[in-house]
Amino acid sequence: MGGKIRGHAITLGDHINTDVIIPARYCTCFDPEYLGQHCMEDLDSNFFRKRKPGDLLVAGDNFGCGSSRESAPLAIKGAGISCVIAKSFARIFYRNAINTGLLIFECEGLAEMTRDGDLLEVDPETGLLSNLKRSKSFASAPFPDLVREIIALGGMVPFVRRRLGKKR
Amino acid sequence: MFNMTITEKILAAHSGVRRVKPGDLVFAKLDLAMSTDITTPMAIPIFEKMGVNHLFDPNRIVLVNDHLVPAKDIASAELSRAMRQFAKKHKIKYYFEVGRSGICHQLLPEEGLVVPGDLVVGADSHTCTYGALGAVAVGIGSTDLAASWALGENWFRVPKTIKVIYKGRLPKWIGGKDLILHTLGDIGVEGARYQTLEFSGEVISKLPMSDRFTLCNMAAEAGAKNGIIEPDEITLQYLKGRAKKRYRFFQSDPDAPYSNLLEYDISHLEPLVALPPLPSDVRKAREVGRITIDQVFLGSCTNGRIEDFRIAAQILKKRKVAKGMRLIVIPASQTVFKKMVSEGLAAHFIAAGALIGPPTCGPCIGGHMGVMASGEKVLSTSNRNFVGRMGDPTSKIYLSGPAVAAASAILGRVADPREVI
Repeated sequence: MGGKIRGHAITLGDHINTDVIIPARYCTCFDPEYLGQHCMEDLDSNFFRKRKPGDLLVAGDNFGCGSSRESAPLAIKGAGISCVIAKSFARIFYRNAINTGLLIFECEGLAEMTRDGDLLEVDPETGLLSNLKRSKSFASAPFPDLVREIIALGGMVPFVRRRLGKKR
Repeated sequence: MFNMTITEKILAAHSGVRRVKPGDLVFAKLDLAMSTDITTPMAIPIFEKMGVNHLFDPNRIVLVNDHLVPAKDIASAELSRAMRQFAKKHKIKYYFEVGRSGICHQLLPEEGLVVPGDLVVGADSHTCTYGALGAVAVGIGSTDLAASWALGENWFRVPKTIKVIYKGRLPKWIGGKDLILHTLGDIGVEGARYQTLEFSGEVISKLPMSDRFTLCNMAAEAGAKNGIIEPDEITLQYLKGRAKKRYRFFQSDPDAPYSNLLEYDISHLEPLVALPPLPSDVRKAREVGRITIDQVFLGSCTNGRIEDFRIAAQILKKRKVAKGMRLIVIPASQTVFKKMVSEGLAAHFIAAGALIGPPTCGPCIGGHMGVMASGEKVLSTSNRNFVGRMGDPTSKIYLSGPAVAAASAILGRVADPREVI
């Protein structure tokens, strides 16, 4: 699952929906870099300019609600965001993130206390999330075994390849 | 014996097990995998990386031109072409071309492609619409779609089920849209996150299919995995002459475990409207004060059915769209369009000063055919009013059923139909 990740927090509210993560007007292109440049622009037109590669998104409830567009996790990855931590995720976004290899963690405590710019550390191996600025650590909600397996393999494509191999 | 809900029974039947319970992860066989001109092209290269050359069953894959058709620009023309070529290469029987198509969530039921008891995945979040037929239908992304094409199955977490019971008698001008807006107003946009909304009660047992589709369609707006209604005589009538395959009626056991029971007496429900930017900020249309609007959009997978246009035409007949107001009418499918013409509804809309567009998702996703300028307000019969959904991020979207929409088009402001008729 890779080593520890460090980066600064960009905090967001509840119900951050896919229409603001990446507006439909950009969804005729699938290039993550292009999508990344327009990520969250309806929420903050300077989002892309202000964010730094490696930053983490820290959001409230129901992150990624709305459409099924997989351009949403791609745009976040394309913007150079290393990981999304939220109190809760909408279900299609949750699957799309796992499938496309965007790191996500569900954690109420960290989201509650984190402020813009706080330095965070994430251990994908253990799911331990730390706010280094405030010297607090939280365990994220564990993934079901099957989901862990998909993440460990690097997404849904290798998972399907293996499942097809198993069957034959 | 163990008791199960309809959703649990359908998931169990497709997973080859006798019992499932909420929280279980199962691999389930799919009856159908649906996708559109914006989600299919992304899935094609992903599918090709999966190391398999053929689809699990070309006759169980449905490809629909609906989101950005007829092509709004070169990029969307390329998307449709990619889907067209893929359909040809893999000999996909249910590929729907522009002119013989419609919005997927109207088209598939209309064509009898989804039947009771089915397990359906669709690369569109409003796939849950098909639950109105007593099927389990869930929205997925493009990678999950590619996996479904390759495997003919996918994994599912068995959801908990919230039972929603509507009691009383449906008042005039009140429809499926008001029922779901009322429910969203109560439980919020994550009130059913990762759960099933099972709609039932005496109101549902008399509710026409069109309203049932509207209700299940917006289960997505509560964060639900699926919405579902137990099939009955009304479902059976709808299936006659349409169903392309055998079907099976599943029912929830009387003692099935529900995570929550919600009961609403709707006898005194009034026409509702959701204020921007959340579908759960719901008010009575007559109590919102004077909100002038620039455009009304009648259409979408939520309310673009012939029944919706009959309601709107009743109000718009022999009346005029307000000065300065644009009324855009878009039938959800070619079949709906034909009926709209043959029943004389189209003539009423045109006489009133409306513009009728071809079947497409178009303005609902801010695609084309009615995109909003900065600061403008639109009242739409679609399902989402998020920031920037229909155009400029400073435009505002109000959501309602067809009666409120038609009345508002005439008065130029958010209005209750009883103010007009």
